[in-house]
Amino acid sequence: MTGDGRPMPRYIRHAAAFCALLLLALLVNATRLQIVQVRSYDENPANRRQTIARYGQPRGDILVGGSPVTGSRDSGENLRYERTYRYGPLYAPVTGFASQTYGTTLLENAEDDLLSGTDPMLSPLPLWNDLTRARNPGGNVVTTLDAIAQQAAYDGLGDRRGAVAAVEPSTGRILALVSTPSYDPQELSGTDKAVAKAWARLNGAADRPMLNRAVRQTYPPGSTFKVVTAAAALDAGVVEDLDAPLKAPDPYRLPGSSARLTNSVDDCAGASLRYAFAWSCNTVFAKLGVDVGLADMARTASGFGFDEPGPRIPFPVSTSTFGSGLDQAQLALSSIGQFDTRATPLQMAMIAAAVANGGSVRAPHLVERTTTAAGTPVSTTGPRAESRAMNPSTARLLRELMTDAVRKGTGRKVAVPGAEVGGKSGTAQHGIGNAGTPYAWFISWARARDAVEPAVAVAVVVEDAAADRGEISGGGDAAPIARAVMKAVLD
Amino acid sequence: MSHISCYVPGMLSPGPTAQADPPTPAVRLPRRRGIEFTLLVLAVLLSVYGYCAVGLARNGTLPPGAARYGAGLGVLALLAHVAVRWRAPYADPLLLPIAVLLNGLGLVLVHRLDLETPADPAAPTQLVWSTLGVGLFIAVVLVLRDHRVLQRYAYVCVVTALVLLMLPIFFPAVNGARLWIRVGGFSIQPGEFAKVLLAVFFAGYLAANRNALAYTGRRIWKLQLPAGRVLGPILTIWVLSVGVLVLERDLGTSLLFFGLFVILLYVATGRTGWIAVGLLLAALGAFAVGRLEPYVHSRVEDWLHPFASVEAGLGPSQLAQSLYAFAAGGLLGTGLGLGHSILIGFAAKSDFILATAGEELGLAGLSAIFLLYGLLVERGYRAGLALRDPFGRLLAVGLASIVALQVFVIAGGVTGLIPLTGMPMPFLAQGGSSVVTNWIIVALLIRLSDSARSRYDGAPYDAEGAP
Repeated sequence: MTGDGRPMPRYIRHAAAFCALLLLALLVNATRLQIVQVRSYDENPANRRQTIARYGQPRGDILVGGSPVTGSRDSGENLRYERTYRYGPLYAPVTGFASQTYGTTLLENAEDDLLSGTDPMLSPLPLWNDLTRARNPGGNVVTTLDAIAQQAAYDGLGDRRGAVAAVEPSTGRILALVSTPSYDPQELSGTDKAVAKAWARLNGAADRPMLNRAVRQTYPPGSTFKVVTAAAALDAGVVEDLDAPLKAPDPYRLPGSSARLTNSVDDCAGASLRYAFAWSCNTVFAKLGVDVGLADMARTASGFGFDEPGPRIPFPVSTSTFGSGLDQAQLALSSIGQFDTRATPLQMAMIAAAVANGGSVRAPHLVERTTTAAGTPVSTTGPRAESRAMNPSTARLLRELMTDAVRKGTGRKVAVPGAEVGGKSGTAQHGIGNAGTPYAWFISWARARDAVEPAVAVAVVVEDAAADRGEISGGGDAAPIARAVMKAVLD
Repeated sequence: MSHISCYVPGMLSPGPTAQADPPTPAVRLPRRRGIEFTLLVLAVLLSVYGYCAVGLARNGTLPPGAARYGAGLGVLALLAHVAVRWRAPYADPLLLPIAVLLNGLGLVLVHRLDLETPADPAAPTQLVWSTLGVGLFIAVVLVLRDHRVLQRYAYVCVVTALVLLMLPIFFPAVNGARLWIRVGGFSIQPGEFAKVLLAVFFAGYLAANRNALAYTGRRIWKLQLPAGRVLGPILTIWVLSVGVLVLERDLGTSLLFFGLFVILLYVATGRTGWIAVGLLLAALGAFAVGRLEPYVHSRVEDWLHPFASVEAGLGPSQLAQSLYAFAAGGLLGTGLGLGHSILIGFAAKSDFILATAGEELGLAGLSAIFLLYGLLVERGYRAGLALRDPFGRLLAVGLASIVALQVFVIAGGVTGLIPLTGMPMPFLAQGGSSVVTNWIIVALLIRLSDSARSRYDGAPYDAEGAP
């Protein structure tokens, strides 16, 4: 049969070799696809697997005072677990939202890897997960917030637009971060039509409930900025004695301009720094800023954090500005917290904290530590970097000025029995021709009588202060909120 | 290749002397039915294990249908085994277990995808088709006592094949291809059956004319051209069948027929020059079709740029989704029931079934499946080597090559190795005609391997080796 010289078995073997070659090609290609080039396919934006896996397990929780303020709900949909919030509007300026449709913001965004379980630190054996392609359960984020202080701030603001930031001066731990009006981030969890509707409504609302006023909005700080001006004057040696009369006229004609600056209180002409601070004399501080000079003013302001990139707490905070290239008249206005000076409420809380902490600023932060789902620590926030904003002696004098302002000046409403409290009110004018309703400000700190260090520094801003345009409105509208927050921390 | 052939220890074998004697072989070879039985038990257990794994992964409990599913598959396997034991006792013991395992695994995968589409279950129908397939397998093993009978029907086969291929032209197109005919609630793909018939025809015709093809005709330069009167009929039929396929827009099957034709022509004549001419013709044809037929052109574009639609903002194409699925599997896979290959959408249970295997069983499982197919093909080729008659040899090689080519075309397509052309993965994919056809192929290979070993006379295959 094969004697004809055309050995069929040989050709069969050749054909078999060809089939083996096809098999080899399939195996090599499968290895390329499943091992070598895996990453490029996994990370292709149109590949929904990462999204499905991300929502395929309950998200880790954000904790305040030991108990979670977030949760997860099994929706049974393709993107399975939806975020829930126990006290949505109260903590919205901290948590942000975690939406299937609109992504994440704030802590939900900054700690997303940990919460969603992709952080390699969550795994005891990181390479093992690469092999099995498994995901760790989401970790938890423990915040520095004080639940009672947060609630006090939120209740204090009530229906009004505004924000509160409170920090622990000696550490930079953020104790309260509130913005009103707020919203319930849970409305954005999921993929259904209601989510899109809520998104449109929240974005279209005139009072912008999703704006985090405590860290993402800057306001003219008004008279609260006088703390910075006083610090600059004391550091630069322009003022040496708190009780020495300063030669500021009333009204004060802005240098190089015909505009005249007046006060809403009496006896500012020739007043001392102590009197001018307690009663918030614009004329005195405008002149002081000019006397200190632009360079020293700007240096002190930047020491407090102005014109520096805002801190990350861990989500970014907007930059507060003092301004550069100012002429003398602009410098005079900037020194009383007007013109281009703008600050976030958190920045103003840091100013109060710097005074309370002997002149140095601790970087503010919201996250105490992160843990695995089982509670094993993943990372802990150590002592944060400290930067000096003013000399310790200056800080001591400013503490005196701020306690005086509370004892007998514009800040009487914040006095807390059994505690040393220092404060400064402010009413910032804004809008074209200063036509807008002024912003009422109050910044303060408090130390329990039996404590070594002040336990809390707070800044409050109320946008629609329903008051006349006097300096007092800062002390009137914002001060009670500051007091409630401080009292909550001290108790 | 031949020296790997294993002689089984007596304790696993039922003992060749215990059975009724077939035509007495000069050298009594072990029948190895015990091995087959053991492997069948393993194949059924493995399939049931997969079925249970799906249920455990999805609901945390053993699926209620597991026992029924296992019993059903077990009974089918047992009936097939009994048929083989009775009528083909010398058959290759690996063929049936591989077929059962692949079919069982296919049912698991289709059932697993059914969980994602509760409104459109496919596994029950597939089980009915598998039963029908095993039934035909048994019928072929029982009825066809000698494969050489088929050679007589070569021309009947080819006429039937052409009729089957042309039938769908008279039925409405489904998804751009005219491949199906609908009878009652069932849709049948006649092209599937045509594969086997064409293999029989090619084998029969080439076996009868191989010497004429190889030695007559003129020689031009180094190329020995066959006489037109010998090659004429086969070329005509081949062109006709390919033409029909182009009209029906089923390029996968077209490619399969072409490959089958070239392989058998080579094995029959040993003329490499013709292979070269064949490949050249194929390249020209592919180029022409690719230019003229927009449907084919888009497949080539998809293959070259699988993510073009993503970049264009239109979302991922099926091929892209398939590639994502394979990549998501990695080395070990997500585990049965835990992947997302359903994102492929249309045809996830049929043409793209391999993507589910790739994602949920990983490279490890996918390689195992490829090797199972490789083993099936190898056993077919081995039967071809062991047979004495040219028709049997060509038929065994042809049937094995159908499996090899089909696996390559569809597996290469869904993994982005070659342009994607729709085709069912043998045994794995949803599709009744395909599973029935594959059972017939395995039945024929069983018959061929039984013939090869029961008539073994102790002589070597040829000058090059012994079994």
